[in-house]
Amino acid sequence: MDVSKSFPGEVHPTAGGGVLVTKLDEVINWARSNSLWPLVFGTSCCAIEMMSTAGAKYDWSRFGFEVARATPRQADVIIIAGTIVNKMAPVLKRLYDQMADPKYVIAMGACATSGGPFFYNTYSVVKGADHVIPVDVYVAGCPPRPEALLHALITLQEQIRRGPS
Amino acid sequence: MNKEELKIRLTEVLPTVVFEEGGEWTTMIIDPAAWEGVAKELRWEGRLDFDYLFCVTAADWKTHIVMVYHLTSTVHRHTLVVKAKLDRDRPVIRTVADVWRTAEFHEREAFDLMGVEFTGHPDLRRLFMTDEWVGWPLRKDYDDPVNMIKL
Amino acid sequence: MIEEIGTTEQGDLVINVGPQHPSTHGVLHLVITLNGETIKKVEPHLGYIHRSIEKMCESLSYRQFIYVTSRMDYLSSHINNHGCALCVEKGLQIEVPARAKVIRVLMDELTRLASHQLWWGAMAMDVGALTPFFHAFRERELINDIMEETCGARLTMNYMVPGGVMVDIHPDFQKRVKEFLRLFRTKIDEYDELVTGNVIFKSRMEGVGYLSPGDAVSYGCSGPTARGSGVSCDIRKLYPYEVYGEVQFEEVKETGGDCYARYLVRMREMRQSVSIIEQLIDQIPEGDFQAKTKAVLKLPKGEFYSRVETARGEFGVYIISEGGTTPYRIKFRSPGFSNLSALDHMARGHKIGDLVAIMGTLDLVIPDIDR
Repeated sequence: MDVSKSFPGEVHPTAGGGVLVTKLDEVINWARSNSLWPLVFGTSCCAIEMMSTAGAKYDWSRFGFEVARATPRQADVIIIAGTIVNKMAPVLKRLYDQMADPKYVIAMGACATSGGPFFYNTYSVVKGADHVIPVDVYVAGCPPRPEALLHALITLQEQIRRGPS
Repeated sequence: MNKEELKIRLTEVLPTVVFEEGGEWTTMIIDPAAWEGVAKELRWEGRLDFDYLFCVTAADWKTHIVMVYHLTSTVHRHTLVVKAKLDRDRPVIRTVADVWRTAEFHEREAFDLMGVEFTGHPDLRRLFMTDEWVGWPLRKDYDDPVNMIKL
Repeated sequence: MIEEIGTTEQGDLVINVGPQHPSTHGVLHLVITLNGETIKKVEPHLGYIHRSIEKMCESLSYRQFIYVTSRMDYLSSHINNHGCALCVEKGLQIEVPARAKVIRVLMDELTRLASHQLWWGAMAMDVGALTPFFHAFRERELINDIMEETCGARLTMNYMVPGGVMVDIHPDFQKRVKEFLRLFRTKIDEYDELVTGNVIFKSRMEGVGYLSPGDAVSYGCSGPTARGSGVSCDIRKLYPYEVYGEVQFEEVKETGGDCYARYLVRMREMRQSVSIIEQLIDQIPEGDFQAKTKAVLKLPKGEFYSRVETARGEFGVYIISEGGTTPYRIKFRSPGFSNLSALDHMARGHKIGDLVAIMGTLDLVIPDIDR
């Protein structure tokens, strides 16, 4: 892979090697984007597709997501895989608060995006996880395919590399 | 054993039993006040031996609430449905958690979602909803303008 | 509501496991009372994924409500759909075409295989072995591909509808299933080699979480949980539906009653499922895949109950109809709910580390419990 394409900055060739001119912020963002540690957080069906993404066929470790952590204190990104109900909402909020900055959120699937199939006539479902915590990337599908989740994670990487807008 | 045979056997053990016609299985209607004695008889009487309580349902009929118990015997392989009609304003029935232990969870569910009170239950609390929740969500007149978007 | 860590008057430690904990397989909250490391009491708190499915179904038509049920026990989504379709068919007295019956059974058994594979991987991960997870998911993907070709979905299928199945099977279906079975037969042996006889694994499982046959029945346990205690409870055998009465298979039972017995039941069940699929894959009759039904289904006034065997146990659908287009009251009897109620009884007296193994062999799917 051509490093100069993914690494931020300009390389000026000089005798005895190149000189890289870049911003520290951009290098930090580049480093951050390539080692996102997700939190193991699955509430329902989407969790199975998240496990598939971690499995042998889709293998999210190709992009640096494989260090899934069970504690929010060690995680960078929380993938909300499944429905959030009123009783779970305070727990989700607490988990998000416990994560160290910078932290990112992916809403995986229709339930986490909007309540999805459980939008109408339910008394217990939160209509979208963004009522509880801010969401960076939304993924459509019920449940989304593993490729869709990978796309979301790569989108998040690009977002991080671009820096705060 | 077919439905008729089970009916005869039930009448032998419980002479005052009332049956409801229709339905896949033998259906028995009981007086809620007598449920404790009937349940013990159904469970421990060797000819009936209903040891497997596989479903407990509470249904709101607007004027009253009906508790439905589905029972099977793993020995004789016969199935029985027991129904008890309860007062809707104050639905009370004796617990059967001491007869079938699975009833403890099922009754908590019925209490949580339908507001049926089970006397003698070891731990009658809300199961799915939070303790602060007001109302019985599965009742027909339940309305929650905050959380429910009606279609 | 969430109790803090503390001590009781007797000096016992009270700790919380979950709702966010990797070994609870979802969002289950357990309040555990400990004396030293010995469990005195386990109290499950539910409702962290209670999506009010029963209430929702009261306003959905008999065709619509099936899609919600595949999101209950999403690892047995075909079988959940199947139970609902059977219940509606019972009410309408629809005769399902022979082709649809066979397709349904094939799909059910493929689902059971996929579910048990995932359980096997997760179970081994619970007791500390990470590798089996990757093995299990490698083969599970093949089943998912087969499902996707025919049903259009990998996980939540909504494939079985009242009257039959939604679409006919893919032309390659039989070929792909046979290829898969040829491969999978060798893979089950590999699974056994990798985990079943492992000394460390056995020492974590044997004698842990004993459940006597009497208790299993009293707690309403079903499926592999009860069959591990030697209770005969396979709905496929006791009350055969579709073509289960015509195929040869054994109701797998073990007498140990401990975690290892429940583990062995599921491992042997996979072989039985393979055998059922092999018997039927060349016997799919020609004909319609769906019976002719009205566009709007109206169940007659009455009560209908259907029972099917999911990968976790007995799943029941109880519809009370008032003669309208939607159910008046619907109740799902989920296997996990009853199986979970036995957890306290099984875990008492064991060390806290064993709790994870016991929960693993119960094969809990929390949305199935909470509904």
